[in-house]
Amino acid sequence: MNALMKNTPNARSGRFFKDHLFVIVCLLAAGVCIAVLGVMLASIIVQGMEHLDTQLLQNPPSRKPEKAGIYPAMIGTVYICLVCAVTAIPLGVGTAILLEEFKPRQRTLARLHGVVQLNITNLAGVPSVVYGILGMTAFVELFQVLGSPSDPIWTIGTTDNWYYIQLPFGRGVLAGGLTLMLVVLPIIIISSQEALRAVPNSLRQGALALGSTRWQMVWGTTLPAAIPGIMTGTILAMSRAIGEAAPILIIAGVVYITFTPEHLMDDFTAMPLQIYDWASRPQESFHHVAASGILVLMAILLTFNAVAVIIRQKFQR
Amino acid sequence: MNIPATTLPSPAEQGLNLQGIGSSGEHVAAQPAIEVEGFNAWYGDYHALTNMNIVIPEKRITAFIGPSGCGKSTFLRWINRMNDLVPSARATGTLKLHGQDLLDKATDVVELRRHVGMVFQKPNPFPKSIYDNVAFGPRLHLRMSRGELNQIVEQSLRRAALWEEVKDRLKSPALSLSGGQQQRLCIARAIAVGPSVLLMDEPCSALDPRSTAAIEDLMAQLRNDYTIAIVTHNMQQASRASDYSAFMYQGELIEFGQTEQVFTMPKSEQTQNYITGRFG
Repeated sequence: MNALMKNTPNARSGRFFKDHLFVIVCLLAAGVCIAVLGVMLASIIVQGMEHLDTQLLQNPPSRKPEKAGIYPAMIGTVYICLVCAVTAIPLGVGTAILLEEFKPRQRTLARLHGVVQLNITNLAGVPSVVYGILGMTAFVELFQVLGSPSDPIWTIGTTDNWYYIQLPFGRGVLAGGLTLMLVVLPIIIISSQEALRAVPNSLRQGALALGSTRWQMVWGTTLPAAIPGIMTGTILAMSRAIGEAAPILIIAGVVYITFTPEHLMDDFTAMPLQIYDWASRPQESFHHVAASGILVLMAILLTFNAVAVIIRQKFQR
Repeated sequence: MNIPATTLPSPAEQGLNLQGIGSSGEHVAAQPAIEVEGFNAWYGDYHALTNMNIVIPEKRITAFIGPSGCGKSTFLRWINRMNDLVPSARATGTLKLHGQDLLDKATDVVELRRHVGMVFQKPNPFPKSIYDNVAFGPRLHLRMSRGELNQIVEQSLRRAALWEEVKDRLKSPALSLSGGQQQRLCIARAIAVGPSVLLMDEPCSALDPRSTAAIEDLMAQLRNDYTIAIVTHNMQQASRASDYSAFMYQGELIEFGQTEQVFTMPKSEQTQNYITGRFG
């Protein structure tokens, strides 16, 4: 019985004390994180409540802080995020499926697979401002080889159509959205790969043993089982896209835009840019408007996340 | 001796009489389903199976016994080429199903797996409804009306002795079933594709005795229509549920014959030692 009592040599060596200590350290760490978040939220809410009203949501930016609004930036953010989601999700999930489910056997191809994999992992760590420069070169100016944004070599539709497209794209919604796509693509690929990897192999074997082709296995079994995980990764990636300022700053520039974009090539501004613009002004009252803008941005972010969580739970059932 | 002319010599050397010993005692000549000659298999440098020669009779239950790592599962996984998934796996020799060489490069593995169903050690139902699990295979291969599909699902579940338990909740998730029910669902799923051979890789090792009994009853019923190869670690199961038994040890087939003979009068001393529990 002695072995079960707290007075054994083991107990006296302090392992119970260490146990308690560890719990306390963990609690402290978690507490610090929550406290920082709480203070941040509180200060923003205190500063931002003053201007948080329907005027902020409906008005274009203005020189007078009490009239300043975030409406064009809000719409701009929604548009570029739509472009980003529509392009990045299929590309990212598709790449993840290729890398995870169709691993090549042949030696040279397997080596190529390794190189691609390594580079995608590296891309996830590249600062987003670099993507801004890449987007500027590739999408806005088309490497300066074919025409210029003001003198396009090729167009579809006219500036009256929402789907108006020109080559090169110029500093428009499409270029901004595609640049955001570059930023989030590695995140989506890596998290989708992890979701696919978490699908037990027994499911793959089960599907193959019934005579599925590899594609039927992926479409019928692996992908449905991985959807919740892929959704989680995509939510995180899109949240990052909404909050991203640096690449958008390079593509759009800080422009005083008081209208909403009307077609894919139209000038735009985004919420992080608008907030940055307000925060960098000297007047104190504009800083409060910036805080209100942050509150709106966070509200949109939380709504996106909530919707995605609901979708995910539907799939999990 | 009732061996067809096409039969390979080695089972004959082992004194194998390819005669059925049906439960009713009738003696029906069994045709060979899977013929294996000079079969070797490797994982990388590891020689997993050495010079196997065996003829698995059609519409009989053949049990593979032997200690862990002796190559039973490896052999099973070559019959439906599941080992293709293992990059380092390779094999030489002859492995024929109804006369067709399975190791031939021209063999369509997808088509092959339609004809050779597999049931795994751990029940692996898809995270879908019971109905969708059974319908998964038919949907892959055939275009059919809802009515025909319903019929196939019902037939398969009936054959797997699961219909009565699940008929009122076909739309509920397969993962809500018990382990034994899940395994029978996996059997129903395999049957629904219409295979002629069923490979079972320790199908009962994760189940309780009652579910095991249910699966064994099921095997006895399926025996009339399917060639069944089962890997098992349970000696009692092999002796009561199979028509033929093969004892394997360290990658070699030591003994193969009618179950009764293998268990009562084993020819090899190793078999004798194994089935009486002296090693392994």
